[in-house]
Amino acid sequence: MERVAIIGVGQSEFGELWDKGFREIVLKAGIDALEDAGLEGKEIEAMYVGNMSGGRYLAQEHIAALIADYSGLSEMGVPSTRVEGADASGGLALRQAYLSVASGLHEIVIAAGAEKVTDVGSEMTTDIMASSADREWEGFVGATIPALYALMARMHFTKYGTTPEDLALISVKNHRNGALNPKAQFRREIKVEDVLKSPFVAEPLRLLDCAPLSDGAAAIILANEKVAREYTDSPVFIKACTQASDYLALQNREDITTMRAVKIAADMAYDQAGLKPEDIDVVELHDSFTIAELIAYEDLGFVEKGRGAELIREGITSLDGSLPANPSGGLKACGHAIGATGIRQAVEITYQLRGKAGKRQVEAEMGLSLNIGGTGATAVITIYEIG
Amino acid sequence: MIPRFWRKIKYRYDIVGSVCENCGTQFYPPRNFCPICRRKSKIKEQRFNGRGKVLSYTIVHDTPDEFKLNKPYIVALIELDDGPIITSQVVCDPQEIEVGMRVVKTFRKYFEDGEDGVIYYGTKFVPEK
Ligand SMILES: [Zn+2]
Repeated sequence: MERVAIIGVGQSEFGELWDKGFREIVLKAGIDALEDAGLEGKEIEAMYVGNMSGGRYLAQEHIAALIADYSGLSEMGVPSTRVEGADASGGLALRQAYLSVASGLHEIVIAAGAEKVTDVGSEMTTDIMASSADREWEGFVGATIPALYALMARMHFTKYGTTPEDLALISVKNHRNGALNPKAQFRREIKVEDVLKSPFVAEPLRLLDCAPLSDGAAAIILANEKVAREYTDSPVFIKACTQASDYLALQNREDITTMRAVKIAADMAYDQAGLKPEDIDVVELHDSFTIAELIAYEDLGFVEKGRGAELIREGITSLDGSLPANPSGGLKACGHAIGATGIRQAVEITYQLRGKAGKRQVEAEMGLSLNIGGTGATAVITIYEIG
Repeated sequence: MIPRFWRKIKYRYDIVGSVCENCGTQFYPPRNFCPICRRKSKIKEQRFNGRGKVLSYTIVHDTPDEFKLNKPYIVALIELDDGPIITSQVVCDPQEIEVGMRVVKTFRKYFEDGEDGVIYYGTKFVPEK
């Protein structure tokens, strides 16, 4: 296996980008990544694209070809492949790109993620997201994605004594971080009371427990070690990139206070990287809902099952704590551009490890990102090290 | 959309799932293949009696279009006495619902398809008397 490094990253702004089309935001991310890597574009041998639902958001399928076309890669006939795993689509694209370089097949490839959600109304958006859970046995009874995460939250409250205030602290932290990120959708701080006074979406989860659904795109360039050294003095090596699956519907899982796919992917990732959870310095987590970040603390092995709330109460996952989580602002404040999120997380970890994260910079040599599809039926974990 | 829901009517109107006779695992919704026994699966249909208790619940305020008129409604994970866990709506006062509450199945309307007026029915649960 070849060692694989990130040599360039780029992302569009995340948010409600009314005046920008899908093609523009993707192009912006791709060009930024190429410029960052010092590439012209002709060097790219393959492209992998994460996109959840171009078909329903834009009535446009064949997204991979569209993006290859508008980024000028079709001119050279570069193969472009779209992968889909709900909001883990970006993570899957990253992993496919990683595998293609690790295998020795390609020397230099691009992984991108993109979603344009604001061209349809918010009820349509809720329905499209619901298709990432089990449409026939969950969606049919009105179990939306927030409702399913609410079921997990209630179970965690009942079993372990976690409280709405604990979840609010996660939202507050992520907004505090987002305020320092010029690419974030929400660049303002909020207070615990703001969260606890926001309207219920699905009890016990409130509006400010839920990440927005956003427009946005992100891209990264991956290369093998030899090529990476030619282009950059600060390659960010991918130590592991693992993926696992779980039952699609919550009702078929043994314990909904844990995401088994995350635990399986984490065990494999730590094993492949030869690391333990305590070796990780910074993490980007999939906080589509505050409860998801708390459960991730536990499933990634940073704290025992049931004690996730301690990390947020004690400030351990704050920017100045020993394990900063979501320095970007996370999905909550940076924005959740569904298929772009997995790539956007890799962009943030790369900035952090290079020491180029501006006001939200933390001290870190080893990073980890977790990208989740739907309610946890797909999980992708990537471990990064500055080289 | 319609045929796909009609095909499942039997399993929705009554709680019909399946059981693997090789290992005894029960499934709802029904599976034709046991993930544990795999090629040794011996699957048979099984009807569950429809009594159980609430494992977790949520009161949904932000609803999809077709459920707007029911807002807010309760969705729960219910552990059936004689079988697996089911995701269903519970019909009761939102103040009344709690974890551990005993519930029993009932037959109710779920929603109406706005365009062609088709009404979708299924199992919901109510508090056990
Ligand atoms: Zn079996």
